[in-house]
Amino acid sequence: MSDASLHNVTYENEAQFGDYFALLKPRVMTLVVFTAFVGLLAAPVSVHPFVGFTAILFIALGGGASGALNMWYDADIDAVMRRTKKRPIPAGKVTADEAKAFGIALSGISVVMLGLATNWYAAGLLAFTIFFYVVIYTMWLKRWTPQNIVIGGAAGAFPPMIGWLAATGSMSIEAVLMFTLIFMWTPPHFWALALFMRNDYDDAEVPMLTVTHGRRATRNHILGYTVLLAVLAIATGFTSIGGIFYLTVAIVLNAQFLWGAIKIWRRNEDASEADNFVVERKFFKLSLLYLFAHFGAILFEAGLTRYGIEVL
Amino acid sequence: MNFPKEHELHRRRKGRNLGLGLVLVAFVAIVFGLTVVKVSGDISGAIAGEVGR
Repeated sequence: MSDASLHNVTYENEAQFGDYFALLKPRVMTLVVFTAFVGLLAAPVSVHPFVGFTAILFIALGGGASGALNMWYDADIDAVMRRTKKRPIPAGKVTADEAKAFGIALSGISVVMLGLATNWYAAGLLAFTIFFYVVIYTMWLKRWTPQNIVIGGAAGAFPPMIGWLAATGSMSIEAVLMFTLIFMWTPPHFWALALFMRNDYDDAEVPMLTVTHGRRATRNHILGYTVLLAVLAIATGFTSIGGIFYLTVAIVLNAQFLWGAIKIWRRNEDASEADNFVVERKFFKLSLLYLFAHFGAILFEAGLTRYGIEVL
Repeated sequence: MNFPKEHELHRRRKGRNLGLGLVLVAFVAIVFGLTVVKVSGDISGAIAGEVGR
């Protein structure tokens, strides 16, 4: 390469700050922040606001770090899928090795800082969550079994548990229930997405249920998991983190969610293709509201308890 | 006084450098804030222990 050609290199594709931020999967991070926040505040102990803020920040950063490591390992899949091909690595902004280094560094910082700010049980669970998402889900399950989403969903379900642990330093049934709520919610949420993102997972050769067992089986599974989720979500209303407000929200939303799952189950591919998967798309959107509303209701109930307000 | 011409690299990476600078400042502020909270918590806990004795 001559000197001239060296100086002619263009840098228009160079990564900016926003590209590194995108490696943290900010949209997933909002879910992590919110559910960890609810877990922290629903706990029956008070935490200094600054310690609470720091805990949430580093739980979110740990979640972001695992997102960056996921993008490093899955760069080949991301390049094929429509939904992910604009991510920083397939877009050529950040190299896979850079993403790996970034993810590892942030993992270490987030775990150590959470341990220093709160306690080492919470930090340990954060470290396990990162390990679970990166090694168990991304490296192993995702390309191996159609149950990838079911088991891998646990990684996304840990944040409220970490928040609870950060506040109390111990585990309880309420923290497990919050974990289970997200765990059971994840499969119908992702399978609805897989139904209307049609060829994405096929092209990437990811063994999603739609690919391995067919779209009929996926519709059946969505209904099955939604029924189990509804039972669990309503039962949570009778524990110490629930209450009349939570129960009202849970009954209304679970009725809607269940109705959506029944509609998906009753449809066939011809009907779905005819209206471009309107029902499946609506169900997916509702699933986002579903989770935020349930955790919002738990947060509201925690506020009522904290200020000694009795509704009934 | 004449300032030297801004290097092309600095212009290109301005957003990145500013962002990283802000992140580092925020990190220092967090560690400092956390230290203040922890230390004052320990002191008030120790005082409460002394009073209760």
